[in-house]
Amino acid sequence: MNAARPAARPAIVTRVLEQPWLWAYLGALLVWLATITFTQGQGAGEVISAALAFGTFSVIVGIGQMYVITLGPGNVDLSIPATMTFAGAVSMKIMGTQDAMIPLGFLIAIGCGASVGVFNYGLIRLLRIPPIIATLSSSFLFQSAAIAYGRGIKIKPPPILADFATARIAGLPILALVTILFAALMAVVLHRTVYGRSVVAVGQNPRAAHFSGISVDFIRFVTYVLSATLAGICGYFLSGFSGGASLNMGAEFLLASIAVVVIGGTSVAGGYANVSGLWGAALFMFLLVTMLNTFGLGAGVRLVMTGVIIIAVITVAGGKSANS
Amino acid sequence: MPEILVRLDGVEKRFGAVQALLDVELTFSRGECLGLVGHNGAGKSTLMNVLAGTVSPDNGRINIGADDLTRGYDVTVAHRRGIRCVFQELSLCPNLTVAENARVLHPALKGFGWRRRAGELIIGKLDEVFPGHGVRAGDVVGDLSIARRQMVEIARAFSVTDVAADLVILDEPTSSLDSVVAAQLLAFVRRYVGSGGSCVLISHLLGEILSTADRIAVMVDGKVVDVRAATDHSRDSLVATMGSVAKDERQANGAATESKRVDNALKVRARPAGQTLGPELLVHRGEIVGLAGLAGHGQTEMLGHIYANRGRAPAGMQIDGPVTLVAGDRQTDGIFPLWSIARNITVCSMREMLRYLLVQSQSEKTMAEDWRQRIGIRTPDMNNNILSLSGGNQQKALFARALGAEADIVLMDDPMRGVDVGTKQEVYAIIREEAARGRCFIWYTTEMDELFHCDHVYVFRNREIVADLARHEMTEEKVLHSSFEAAA
Repeated sequence: MNAARPAARPAIVTRVLEQPWLWAYLGALLVWLATITFTQGQGAGEVISAALAFGTFSVIVGIGQMYVITLGPGNVDLSIPATMTFAGAVSMKIMGTQDAMIPLGFLIAIGCGASVGVFNYGLIRLLRIPPIIATLSSSFLFQSAAIAYGRGIKIKPPPILADFATARIAGLPILALVTILFAALMAVVLHRTVYGRSVVAVGQNPRAAHFSGISVDFIRFVTYVLSATLAGICGYFLSGFSGGASLNMGAEFLLASIAVVVIGGTSVAGGYANVSGLWGAALFMFLLVTMLNTFGLGAGVRLVMTGVIIIAVITVAGGKSANS
Repeated sequence: MPEILVRLDGVEKRFGAVQALLDVELTFSRGECLGLVGHNGAGKSTLMNVLAGTVSPDNGRINIGADDLTRGYDVTVAHRRGIRCVFQELSLCPNLTVAENARVLHPALKGFGWRRRAGELIIGKLDEVFPGHGVRAGDVVGDLSIARRQMVEIARAFSVTDVAADLVILDEPTSSLDSVVAAQLLAFVRRYVGSGGSCVLISHLLGEILSTADRIAVMVDGKVVDVRAATDHSRDSLVATMGSVAKDERQANGAATESKRVDNALKVRARPAGQTLGPELLVHRGEIVGLAGLAGHGQTEMLGHIYANRGRAPAGMQIDGPVTLVAGDRQTDGIFPLWSIARNITVCSMREMLRYLLVQSQSEKTMAEDWRQRIGIRTPDMNNNILSLSGGNQQKALFARALGAEADIVLMDDPMRGVDVGTKQEVYAIIREEAARGRCFIWYTTEMDELFHCDHVYVFRNREIVADLARHEMTEEKVLHSSFEAAA
């Protein structure tokens, strides 16, 4: 929306080229093509379906992380993995594999997440702890709480929840379709509502936001609660998807939540966010690992390649936004 | 014939669709202060950026002494050849101390004890230019008032270690300074020029230019249209060359203002935090109230105090109605740098544009277009980034933001900094019009002329209100007298 800059190219070409989400989708497409070229077309559809299924969880937490990062320099939520584990463990244990408890369990997961968010912002605002330290330290607390509560056993989900989390329509995961709609909704919230505009304004210039009548503290508070709540919801569905809440289920989502935000074209410095890029980035990240697996590379090479390729994508995509 | 330090020859620069500089020829000589005047967007700042090496021209040559330095000319070269610049947007690092900021410009300050030497250098220069400045070498720049930051920035530009400061560019140096400090600076400029230095002075205050400059160059639409000795100019001839007509704004209208107090409702009643006795700030419906006094004596804090307590009624205060603020320090308090002009204007009015919880783009567009015409924002497209505007036009956008909001009480924090004469007249007219419709304005200004637009003036000294002057009893002498009483 604010990408309009003077240029000599035709307007439509310029607009498309300037969309920061373009690179994430382009990367995902290239990686997918490389994979199916290698397998000579085998499993092309299955790979996409799997990417959607696994990408869903990165996108859910990525949306929350994106809102937080957009609040401006220094804002990040590192408590996402612990919140997922905590909300997953508590809700699974309370539901105790009974299908009738599913709605209650969902509310409990939301409640767990929201409480973590309130606690996080309490540390940030009242004790004036920088967000990176506040959310990191609270993640130790909630991870320990989950361990104490769940006693280290994998707690199984109710069967209907497990079925829903893994169900597919025409090969496409239902949860992914729901999440696509949710992402679209959150894009509208970001660009068209007073709350979304306020988040972006605070991220660009908090003093100017204050003098424009925006309650900066309230916006930050809501955003941290939103991020933690989405992490709680993600923990709930991930428990259903992977057959139960385990204590390290959130681990990979610390980096994943930040990576999808950055690769998706959101500004790390805040004040500019992009929801559509999250999906492109989540697909890209999953497909990248799949491609390296397909090529039969060892774990070490795979990690190195993942790092290098992510750096490359950010360099190409970030180079354009750097001079805006 | 004085020795020519720098010669610009046929310099041109284009930003997208905007021709910022067109075939500019200008010389800068030793022992001379060159005044540079023109409207906002006339190209003064761009030209100075070219001279300082921060913008490279599309065409033209830059000669320093006898050397053609056009190729590869940049900040480092300019600095090595003794060209220094004090820009309109301050360039100090807010997180560093005054001494550390001095070191940034002077790499020669190194080795053991550099901090002490840097401190001595900068404080020595401050003492020389601004006696009684009250800045310490260990102060963190971000904690200083904008006036003191400007003083440090100026002193830093004139300070010398291994490289001489031959040509110093002052871009609107007095816009955040009060009249006493501004006079100190201008006197220093004369001494500096007298000792063989060269200086470029950009200012919208034509009196300053006429009294300080030896030669005056006038810019219009990216061209230098006139270069003459300052003695050949009067205020009127300068304004005529710039292409606008100055009106005499000081006509008395005292009778009309008294009735505003009697008939209209009280909107704001407040005292500076910490003051318990003495005059209170009172603002009635439709009134324009000025906050005067030396810069940094609590006027900005007063506005912040009122803004922070809007919608509440703390003991001893009354704020009746929604409040909005026009920032003077654009970069830190005003603009959203990643947003378009339109969105920067509509940000205060989002809530009035909602339909089904969504901000309506059509309403935004309409509001932006209305204000583009009403306040004359010079841009081909309101969807362009806010930073594509010149400083004065950015300020107009901030006015549009505040005046477009549904707020009865408008606070203005010295908002005319770096705004040209013509624009000022337009904005004054809008303020009077809005006041006539019942809005009230609380206007902190560092320019004496602007106080004559106010119905009532409160003079601040040491964070307290020390005088309360109605329009008909206000004179420049009274304001100055109140500002200095304790110091005298």
